[in-house]
Amino acid sequence: MNFIASKQPENRLLGPESDTQRTLYPYVTGTSVVALKYKDGILMAADMGGSYGSTLRYKSVERMKPIGKHSLLGASGEISDFQEILRYLDELILYDNMWDDGNSLGPKEVHNYLTRVMYNRRNKFNPLWNSLVLGGVKNGQTYLGMVNMIGVNFEDNHVATGFGNHLARPILRQEWHENLSFEDGVKLLEKCMRVLLYRDRSAVNKLQIAKITEEGVTISQPYSLKTYWEFSAFENPAQGAIGSW
Amino acid sequence: MSSIGTGYDLSVTTFSPDGRVFQIEYAAKAVDNSGTVIGIKCKDGIVMGVEKLIASKMMLPGSNRRIHSVHRHSGMSVAGLAADGRQIVARAKSEATNYQSVYGEPIPVKELAERVASYVHLCTLYWWLRPFGCGIILGGYDRDGPQLYMVEPSGISYKYFGAAIGKGKQAAKTEIEKLKLSEMTCREGVIEVAKIIYKVHDEAKDKAFELEMSWVCDESKQQHQKVPDDLLEEAKVAAKAALEEMDAD
Repeated sequence: MNFIASKQPENRLLGPESDTQRTLYPYVTGTSVVALKYKDGILMAADMGGSYGSTLRYKSVERMKPIGKHSLLGASGEISDFQEILRYLDELILYDNMWDDGNSLGPKEVHNYLTRVMYNRRNKFNPLWNSLVLGGVKNGQTYLGMVNMIGVNFEDNHVATGFGNHLARPILRQEWHENLSFEDGVKLLEKCMRVLLYRDRSAVNKLQIAKITEEGVTISQPYSLKTYWEFSAFENPAQGAIGSW
Repeated sequence: MSSIGTGYDLSVTTFSPDGRVFQIEYAAKAVDNSGTVIGIKCKDGIVMGVEKLIASKMMLPGSNRRIHSVHRHSGMSVAGLAADGRQIVARAKSEATNYQSVYGEPIPVKELAERVASYVHLCTLYWWLRPFGCGIILGGYDRDGPQLYMVEPSGISYKYFGAAIGKGKQAAKTEIEKLKLSEMTCREGVIEVAKIIYKVHDEAKDKAFELEMSWVCDESKQQHQKVPDDLLEEAKVAAKAALEEMDAD
């Protein structure tokens, strides 16, 4: 993809908009978010790392936040854009609350709103550089959806962002089934997060698991996964390397 | 009634020889003709109540809200021309969200009252704008605790611990003065406000009315919201009982 740098004359067609900077690349990023539907609602997991390029710079970034009464948002990608999205959603929920009419925005509505925002920003070549996971429960209906920076959105029984798509989703396709218990759901998520921890270089070993049910949102305290590095395949890693420098 | 302007009352930009701006006074009359609106400051929050005069039996109860939330922590109730009131509420909401996005905290109630008052005053300065025909009671809960303000069509705003506007304001003010507000909780305050509104309602002139109440207090977690239905029912029952007791004397 060719992103136009803002100072060049070709932008004259766009008028005063060309003077503002557009998002060209992300700076502080979060890695995968994994989520699945279970018996009582949604379980979502994300680590607490904020990478600055290849440096694992921030290790206490909360990448999952509750939205209103019925939804939970997890984000990967540019952290500052995530904070901006939270500001938009805060205003959305505020206006919804001010009606004071007994109704409130559910996860499907919030997901739709986010899809519109992401797609419209993409059309202006100024994307919010995130992949978002939106899950929630309203009136007994469980909903889990995803939307990314180019506006692609869908809902499914289990979703993931970034590396999670390649490493976690295959595990979930094999092992997810309807009406998982809370314990089984957590075990499954931890299995996915462990694989990501071993194989994704931007993962940190400090994660949170969030659950949302009809009663509300609970985000766990940060904790670490136990890892095992004594696999025989890890011993003597350079043994088979030919002509390695 | 009061003196007719005769020539000095055609425009809001004209003073009369005795220093009055008649258009603003006429705007205040519009407020006096509407249903009573009361606000009280209890020790743990604010309670506001509106006597909504029902124009038609076919209206659904709960429609035509007169009390609006301006932000999470504050709300305003409007007396007078309803459409003018909507405009002021919209402006207040916009001021509140703007303050929050610039300063990162909910707008202090004092600041909100000043901004609303400035806006109302603005419309008394130009001949091509007419003054707002509504009085506003603004209640909110910020870092300094619960506060109650009243804004008149002239654009002045004062802080109160008890305020009333509309038809029954004189009678309502007398009743409010009898209450020991500093010792009252909002739960008790809701019952008292209901009693006052039922008392000042003039059965002869206006047949039906609907009671609408809101509060912002410690019990509502400092959020402005409609008084919960069960408490509202309890208040209505108590108010009706108090009325019957009075009639029985």
